[in-house]
Amino acid sequence: MDNKPSVWTSNRFWRRSATWVTGVSAVLLIFLTFDSMAQMQMGTAQDIKNKVDKRIPSPVVINYKIDYQLNRKRGHEVPIIGGMDANGNSKYEEKEKFFGRDDYSEKEARALIHKGKLTIQAKNCMDCHTLLGNGAYYAPDLTKAWLDPTWDTLAPAYGGKEHAIAKFLQNPPAMAMHERKMPNLGITEDEAKAVVAYLKFMSAIDTNGFPRNFGKIKGAVDARK
Amino acid sequence: MQGNNGQLYEGQKLALKYFTVAIVLFGAQLLFGLIAAIQFLYPGFLFNTLDFSIARIVHINALVVWLLYAMIGAVYWLLPDEAGREVVGVKLGNLAFYVLTAAVAVVVLVYLFIQVGPGNEMTTWLITEGREYIEAPRWADIGIVAVVLIFLYNVYATVISGKRSGILTVLMADLIALAGLYLAGMFYTDNIAVDQYWWWWVVHLWVEATWEVYVAAVGGYILIKTLNANRKVVEMWLWIEVAMMFGSGILGLGHHYFWIGTPEYWWEIGALFSALEPVPLVGLFVHVLYDWGKERGKGNTIKNVPAFAWLTVETFGNFLGAGVWGFMHTLPQINLYTHGTQWPAAHGHLAFFGAYVAIMIAAIYLAIQGKAGLKELKMTKAGWWAISLITVGVLFMTVALTLSAYVQTMVERGMYGGTWEGYFVAQANQWFVQGMGWRLATGLMVIVGYVFLVYDLLTCAKKQPEEVYEASGAAAAA
Repeated sequence: MDNKPSVWTSNRFWRRSATWVTGVSAVLLIFLTFDSMAQMQMGTAQDIKNKVDKRIPSPVVINYKIDYQLNRKRGHEVPIIGGMDANGNSKYEEKEKFFGRDDYSEKEARALIHKGKLTIQAKNCMDCHTLLGNGAYYAPDLTKAWLDPTWDTLAPAYGGKEHAIAKFLQNPPAMAMHERKMPNLGITEDEAKAVVAYLKFMSAIDTNGFPRNFGKIKGAVDARK
Repeated sequence: MQGNNGQLYEGQKLALKYFTVAIVLFGAQLLFGLIAAIQFLYPGFLFNTLDFSIARIVHINALVVWLLYAMIGAVYWLLPDEAGREVVGVKLGNLAFYVLTAAVAVVVLVYLFIQVGPGNEMTTWLITEGREYIEAPRWADIGIVAVVLIFLYNVYATVISGKRSGILTVLMADLIALAGLYLAGMFYTDNIAVDQYWWWWVVHLWVEATWEVYVAAVGGYILIKTLNANRKVVEMWLWIEVAMMFGSGILGLGHHYFWIGTPEYWWEIGALFSALEPVPLVGLFVHVLYDWGKERGKGNTIKNVPAFAWLTVETFGNFLGAGVWGFMHTLPQINLYTHGTQWPAAHGHLAFFGAYVAIMIAAIYLAIQGKAGLKELKMTKAGWWAISLITVGVLFMTVALTLSAYVQTMVERGMYGGTWEGYFVAQANQWFVQGMGWRLATGLMVIVGYVFLVYDLLTCAKKQPEEVYEASGAAAAA
């Protein structure tokens, strides 16, 4: 009998395999992370001027009308900023007033979403809601909250949906839509405006089609058309 | 299991302190989970006093922190035994323990009584960072890093000046990765996609890579201690598991990158590697059990029945919860509809319990045996009640959550396309509500099991049959 031990029961072999597999996976992850970070960098006002689609657009998208439509080429919904051209791409032309203005500078818009995200963290929104689908499941997803049809029905009574959402955030129990009420978290007027800006900005993030079929409700196949 | 002359090492005494706090925090986790479960059915419960968000923050943070306590405790327990010497820097380790415990207490009190802050940087430094699982304010983050550095120093210094087994080698490499990854969650950015990208480096790479490897190492140690498993076999399987877990887990990170603003290539990477994740989970245990079975009846009894029983629950709970339930919704085609529903809740409950909770309880039983200086530890009646009620409770809870998740996915995502109206219609569906009801009932079952567990941990050493004491007396005499 051959006394040579099998490689398959050799600790040394498996130790080396473990080291190599871990090393290769880690290097691949780091490489992919560099690429992802480049693609996920926040866009600038210049990009919007040049009509360049970015996965995470510049905060000045709050000056524009935002929609979420099926992109035939990609096979899922994508955010459309400022209307759609004949090819189904963003046109970056159709503006929309946000708290009475549609000329927020890059700096102003950035300051707004900075405060908005800080407020979202300070009030622990993620421990009831989900953002980009992550968080708790006690309250609705906020990824495309800005585009949710609920606000379209409330908008006229408040002079625009940004006003309706801001009003709601400052005293949620007063405008409760459901038995499962949002508590009053002491959100100020400024904070509420910033959170609404953040929600509008977030709705313009390209989430690879999540949530799917958003807005196809009330029994129709595509009720929003 | 013990130091010289039947005495515990100082490091093992420190481990007992960590285990004690861990079990207390486990109770807090269950209590606040109960509150959150009630609020799903009765939304008015504690409204504006202790809202769902606060109940949940304590529920999940208590879980993470108690598991970390138990993990540190288990390492301090096995470290002197494996290295064959006292833990270096045990005084520093004690100091770190008290600092950490004081910090945890302050953070919990702030969560409970201050709850939220104004929308500025001060809040993220002093009250909460508001990022699921790693909500702790930044001052606490820095404190945790300091405490972990002390822990790492103690482990490294002890192993370097003592014996270095394969189990310790794996642990040393793994702990440094675990500590390093925490840094990825300690900065602020306005870009929520980038925020979530790095946040997953902490959450996923901890839970689905470094913790899994940690568990394999500790599981190997427990098998050696309870079954006299062959160290060579254990260590070989340990390396196989490290290769498979890091091989699948590191790039399995991709299954969290489907919908957060990341490039599409994560679909394929995430689908492939996370599909491989269930593979390595039972190999070590099954092989050792097979070896042990061949030798059965030759006087090789199980040295610690409760620890072994909990390790069995761990093995199959891990495979089912992390493996099967994770795989059910890991492919992007399915995940597009299940992401952000009760599906992850169902998977998460069984996975955390199966993979981590069960083995930490096993480690604690090992410490109970060592502390009492018993040759063997038999299962008591209370111990059986504890393991049965907790395991069956969590298993049924997972099934209940899965039923709710199924309805939610079909109604909210399939029919209504993920709108708020769809969300609330799904939440009101009778099948969904029924699932939530069963979740509450099974949660109560787990809490009863927890009471048995605490009682058993406190009393089981005294309730052992005569022969166990005799054996231990004989061993001490010899």
